[in-house]
Amino acid sequence: MNAVAVAPSTLAHPRLPRWAPLVVAVAALAVGALLGLILGWGPVAIVLLSGLLYVVALPAWSRVLEGRRAATDRLMTNLVWGAFAVVCVPLLWLLWNVVQKGAPHVTVHFLTTSMRGVFGSMEGGILHAIQGTVIVTLAATVIAVPIGLMTAIYLIEYGRGSRLAKVITFLVDVMTGIPSIVAGLFALSLLVLFFGPAFRAGIGGAIALALLMTPTVVRSAEEMLRLVPSDLREASFALGVPKWRTILKVVMPTAIGGIVTGVVLAISRVIGETAPLLVTAGYNDSMNGNLFSGRMTTLPVYIFNQYKTPGAVPLGAHAADPPGYARAWAAALVLIVIVMILNLIARIIGKIFAPKTGR
Amino acid sequence: MSTGSSLTPPPAVSARRGRLALGDRVFAASARGAGLLILLALAGVFVFLLIQGIPGLSVDPKEYGQGFETFWQYVGPLLFGTIFISLLALIVAVPFALAVALFISHYAPRRLATPVAYVIDLLAAVPSVVFGLWGGRALSQALKPVINWLGDYLNWIPLFKGPASPNGQTALTAALVLGVMILPIITAISREVFAQTPRLNEEAAIGLGATRWEVIRLAVLPYAKSGVIAGIMLGLGRALGETMAVTMVYSSSPKYMLNIIGDTSPQTIAANIANNYAEASADKQHVLIAAGLVLFAFTFVVNFIARWAIGRGERKLAR
Repeated sequence: MNAVAVAPSTLAHPRLPRWAPLVVAVAALAVGALLGLILGWGPVAIVLLSGLLYVVALPAWSRVLEGRRAATDRLMTNLVWGAFAVVCVPLLWLLWNVVQKGAPHVTVHFLTTSMRGVFGSMEGGILHAIQGTVIVTLAATVIAVPIGLMTAIYLIEYGRGSRLAKVITFLVDVMTGIPSIVAGLFALSLLVLFFGPAFRAGIGGAIALALLMTPTVVRSAEEMLRLVPSDLREASFALGVPKWRTILKVVMPTAIGGIVTGVVLAISRVIGETAPLLVTAGYNDSMNGNLFSGRMTTLPVYIFNQYKTPGAVPLGAHAADPPGYARAWAAALVLIVIVMILNLIARIIGKIFAPKTGR
Repeated sequence: MSTGSSLTPPPAVSARRGRLALGDRVFAASARGAGLLILLALAGVFVFLLIQGIPGLSVDPKEYGQGFETFWQYVGPLLFGTIFISLLALIVAVPFALAVALFISHYAPRRLATPVAYVIDLLAAVPSVVFGLWGGRALSQALKPVINWLGDYLNWIPLFKGPASPNGQTALTAALVLGVMILPIITAISREVFAQTPRLNEEAAIGLGATRWEVIRLAVLPYAKSGVIAGIMLGLGRALGETMAVTMVYSSSPKYMLNIIGDTSPQTIAANIANNYAEASADKQHVLIAAGLVLFAFTFVVNFIARWAIGRGERKLAR
């Protein structure tokens, strides 16, 4: 034992000390800041340069002391961490922008009026858009959930291993990839065929969203039903309960938490869809509660519309931005908050109804 | 029949209670019907787009605009633009998506990995119209100096031929936004296949003295290759059909060109539809639907290949 313990000093590679990354980081920051100050760069450029220096310098040091393999390893580690840091930037930047530019304009007035008769720098509101979003999304849910749920039941309880089930599973996967605007065009051509080329109404949007939602519902429900232990089914069969009652009374209640979570997530996915609604439901300044007639504004289309036609900068105002942009940011904030709340609800439901595994 | 869930109650029981057997039949039929309805809906997408799109192939040439004589002349540049912008987005997204996936599966401390995965999912939850707003108003402002620099110093590359757009709203900006939007999909799928690498393969590599990167290069990446490719294809499918980020970020026209920092850049099919649907006559509407059909067929093929690759990978894993 002793002989072995002495020998490694010649076998082991030299290693960088534990504090090496810290030293290199400080040095890189110092060099970056110095260069940046000399050349008069902004803070963003300094941070970028320092990061780049760090990513390169640590492997270089390691190359000299530890050899090629360790240096490559350190380089890749740095690159992976660096990539992660870079990816966080757009998310934080976007959220910050939406909150900073949107929050001042989200007032009670903004939430409780429509855009009817609003012109120039009048404030206007999004009530009609919220109403439209709620109606269209609800209608889509009403169409998509029963179909999606029954399909999942078919796939798990009835069609297991059959050819039809395989085809359905595959096509549901492919359906996930339908571009949203194509779903919109499908709904449009369906309606146009029956009601003439100028027909626009909320129901078209609901059909398009349902088409986008169904595959998500099928997949999540399928996964949840698969988790239900067969023991439960067998116990129910042994008591002489027919299969359909077993599914409704035993299988579904066991899986209900996960299914509801999946449905809420599917809703949060489609509630932000813009293109299909733009094509089918159009834009309207006033409230419209009728799903089947007249154009119906939804929140995403409202944002798009305000962005495309922001209006003129009011005379004498010092604000550089036309009023439409402020409304668009504020509506974007409301939309993001709705999506986040839906996600949160989905998570909470998932937690509460999580199948109890302990006994 | 061997799996528990496809067990049926003994026939004697259901035969004795005719009423319940009827309930069983109705329920089974409606479940099957729902599945068939989905197939029908998918077929319906094709059929209705065909019905409404075919007249668009032979309308008065002035509906195509820009002096195009036939539908194919009209849709050609659009298809080029769609593929071009999507490939740019892939070039932006793939390295970062794979790095983040590796970060979650192999590099991040366990305590950090779960929240990071959640944050990436959050990125996927942001509506596309908000990405468009951000890209058109915020990112484009910040990119102005970069675009000017590219136009000044790298204008010998066809992509950056310029003249640089003064407002920063360029195809380059849109490609960056699209890249951010498709990153979560690629990350999610790659992360799953990375995590499925057999523990023994990794441990064998470690046992041979491999560094962490060598473990990934020798054990993880070869194993995950088909899954990663499938994830990239799915990301491509998403980028091809994305409308708002492209429509809102830059002004475009249906032309073959490579310049991505100029005032106008190649238009995508989706952007073309979104830009023209409002003032569309009945004939133009047919043309737009036909263009949508082309987009659908193209994304369908891409997604089909991706799903096929995933399925093949799963069969390989099952062996």
